[in-house]
Amino acid sequence: MIVAQRKKIPEIFDTVKEHKNVLVLGCGTCVTVCLAGGEREVSIISSALRIASRKAGKKIKVNEFTIERQCDNVFIESAAEEIKKNDAVLSLGCGAGVQAIAERFPDTPVYAGLDTAFLGILESRGVWVEKCMQCGTCVLSDFGGICPITRCAKKMLNGPCGGSREDRCEIRSDQPCAWQLIYKRLKDIGQLDKILKNIRLKIGAQA
Amino acid sequence: MNETTFEPKIITFCCHFCAYAAADLAGSMRLQYPSGVRIIRTPCTGRLEIEFYMRAFENGADGVLVAGCLEGGCHFIDGNLFAKKRVNSIRTILEEIGIEKERLRMVNVSAAGAISLVDKINEMVNAVKELGPNLMGKNNDGSGGEYKEFETLNSQQ
Repeated sequence: MIVAQRKKIPEIFDTVKEHKNVLVLGCGTCVTVCLAGGEREVSIISSALRIASRKAGKKIKVNEFTIERQCDNVFIESAAEEIKKNDAVLSLGCGAGVQAIAERFPDTPVYAGLDTAFLGILESRGVWVEKCMQCGTCVLSDFGGICPITRCAKKMLNGPCGGSREDRCEIRSDQPCAWQLIYKRLKDIGQLDKILKNIRLKIGAQA
Repeated sequence: MNETTFEPKIITFCCHFCAYAAADLAGSMRLQYPSGVRIIRTPCTGRLEIEFYMRAFENGADGVLVAGCLEGGCHFIDGNLFAKKRVNSIRTILEEIGIEKERLRMVNVSAAGAISLVDKINEMVNAVKELGPNLMGKNNDGSGGEYKEFETLNSQQ
């Protein structure tokens, strides 16, 4: 799932302050789940913008609308009418959502209200952890389902590096060593021989 | 509007199981608190969504007080702890917008804590008096503004 974070209100306000009618457009998929751009967040950010515009002595009318998915034409259609009523759109979708809206409405300025962060999963309430870097050549089958590209600080394909202390990464002690996890996992599923396989450097993965 | 005549409007969300009972008791005990304090009963402070606080400030509340049960004493086990987290997160949003975070405060009282509730309300009222009115919907000198413009805006939506 795509994880994003809300931009700071002053930054958002700065981008929309020259418009009279602004539509805050939420997305009901990934960013709703990570509590950044769903219907509720649309309402909160709209409120904040109204207060901020009042404080700045401007009269901005902030409208709210949320669609099921901003990266899909079928759903974008349902927002067309709302978007046409406004001078600008503040999209609370991920980077793909913002661009999808911008492409479909060439005459309307579309701004991003979120910082799209990474592809991750929920670890505990309100905490998302990055699990995939979208490198384009998945090696998870070789590593027992644990990604060394994302979770090893050195992105080693033929690890471990030998620097880990106990089972912690030597670069960040609050993170487990990915290669320790891979070893344990392969041992548990009886595929430890896979760890001997020499894997070639992936092009584009060592960014 | 100078400080002597300024009577802050404080929206006070009171949990049904503690602070609301305490406010009731305060009435029975003939304890006094300023008339600008408006009490709204809520089933639990954990019920209060972020939007509720935002709307209160948007519509011109000078302060919002959240009165929940003592920590560990929530009727729904941890509703007041959720409320505490939420209040803290909204305080950061308020600061970003330029509203003093002191205008939003959470307190914990028991159902028997009428005196403590009134003390906390008075403390809040004094703190907000010092901050002055929330200029949302008012002119910069604090005059006028009964949020008419916003009511019209909201009704058009």
